[in-house]
Amino acid sequence: MPEARTAPKTRPVAFRGGGFAPRPVGLVGPLVFVVLLVLWEVGARLGWISALILPAPSAALAALRDLFDSGLLFKHLGASLQRLALGWSLGTLAGVAAGVAAGLFSLARAGVVPLVSAIFPIPKIALLPLFIIWFGIGEESKVATIFFGVFFPTVIAVYGGIDNVDRSLIRMGQSFGLHWTSIVRKIILPGALPAMLSGFRITASISIILLVAAEMIAAEFGVGAYILMAGNLMATDQLIAGVAILSVLGLTVGWLIGRAERFLLRWRS
Amino acid sequence: MDLHLSHVTHRYGAVEVLDDIDFTVTQGHIVCIIGPSGCGKSTLLRLIGGLEQPAQGAVLQVGEPPAESRNPLTYIFQDFALLPWRTVRGNVSLVLEDHALTASAREAIIDDVLRRTKLSDFGDAFPRQLSGGMRQRVAIARALSVNPACLLMDEPLSALDSQTRELLMDDLVELWSREPFTACYVTHNLAEAVRLGHRVIVLSRRPGRIREVVDIDLPLAGRMAHRAALEALQARLWTLMREEALAADLELADA
Repeated sequence: MPEARTAPKTRPVAFRGGGFAPRPVGLVGPLVFVVLLVLWEVGARLGWISALILPAPSAALAALRDLFDSGLLFKHLGASLQRLALGWSLGTLAGVAAGVAAGLFSLARAGVVPLVSAIFPIPKIALLPLFIIWFGIGEESKVATIFFGVFFPTVIAVYGGIDNVDRSLIRMGQSFGLHWTSIVRKIILPGALPAMLSGFRITASISIILLVAAEMIAAEFGVGAYILMAGNLMATDQLIAGVAILSVLGLTVGWLIGRAERFLLRWRS
Repeated sequence: MDLHLSHVTHRYGAVEVLDDIDFTVTQGHIVCIIGPSGCGKSTLLRLIGGLEQPAQGAVLQVGEPPAESRNPLTYIFQDFALLPWRTVRGNVSLVLEDHALTASAREAIIDDVLRRTKLSDFGDAFPRQLSGGMRQRVAIARALSVNPACLLMDEPLSALDSQTRELLMDDLVELWSREPFTACYVTHNLAEAVRLGHRVIVLSRRPGRIREVVDIDLPLAGRMAHRAALEALQARLWTLMREEALAADLELADA
């Protein structure tokens, strides 16, 4: 009986690992854009898509060129960028200050956090009429809308980031007799920086959304005003051109924050 | 400067963690504190360094720390506690920046401690680039840079693999032999205690009481030549701790 044993069948162990690890694939993103644009253009040229419903990309590009040639592009863009820069930086400055206070002091936290929870969910654009009464129809009310839209999420991101700083690092700082200011400046703030930067990513998008909304309600110049005007005139090619400007604006801001992250957080793997 | 723990008792709420701990850490000696997990060893170390206040009793400094000591009671942590956004030099520099030192004096101190811990070539590396053993050497360099009168070491080798642990123990013995330092060394590893301790304090399970004090007279540098004696000592410590550890284990299962 033992003599009759045949060689057992051998086969390799089946591979069942791998996957679940998305990696960057260079050209796919731009390619998707190009394919969609080409399909869109071809569809418009062949008459599948009516020019009134959705103008061809080339028509939108022409509208953009008209805007550039008339010199109004920079007038609109300049007005929007100024509001954006002012509203976002003031809101971020105030938000970081309030967030750091809430992150460090029990009293500030007890005061600030319920207030933030109460006001954060209100769409700031609903308050714009109120801001117009308070600050006038000019720039101030638009900047204020962006300011408040940015302020609250910033507070949440900053104090959340401070809460997540490794307590053992703070204890280490205390054990070496570091000054309180040194602990805050050299341990707590750098430790909260990753959370702050991802907060900035969100507030930058929020501020673009609020900018357009505010400009649609009351503005002579600005990308939002341009889009609104185009919509009222049923000039859909101009509307698409305006939306494309916004998209590029969003991409640029995202890219800038990405660069800042890569530089400021280069200590991470 | 000696350290004297005078009848230290500590509790968290209603839970008594340490009960009437009384011993002295003599200058130039390493005192190891061992005990089953949860016996309050780490709490005891935090009390000694002033990171917590005892409910009763006091931790007393006997005599003045040397004038050149910038931070008399200095910790070395189990998790190293290095700032990931600072390089090796930056991490050492952190604890010197609040002292009145010229930039060149600070650089000189950093060079000196990195040389003593064999880290001179790694000054510009970030912690994530270093192995666990190297990270702990950075933490040791940082501790040495402030000229501590007493090192408070909280399971400094417990996060490392056993080979690295052996190497770092040799490093610590070498550092001590060249320049004897005072240390309070908390560990659950009996091999570390008999290799590094001049005195081993065995704590009972919670609430931690001093169960036994064992003095080891063998000189630190030549201890490896007395393997048999060390092993006998280790076995004796284990018999002291075994039932405590067993009981502590069951206690945790109940909780």
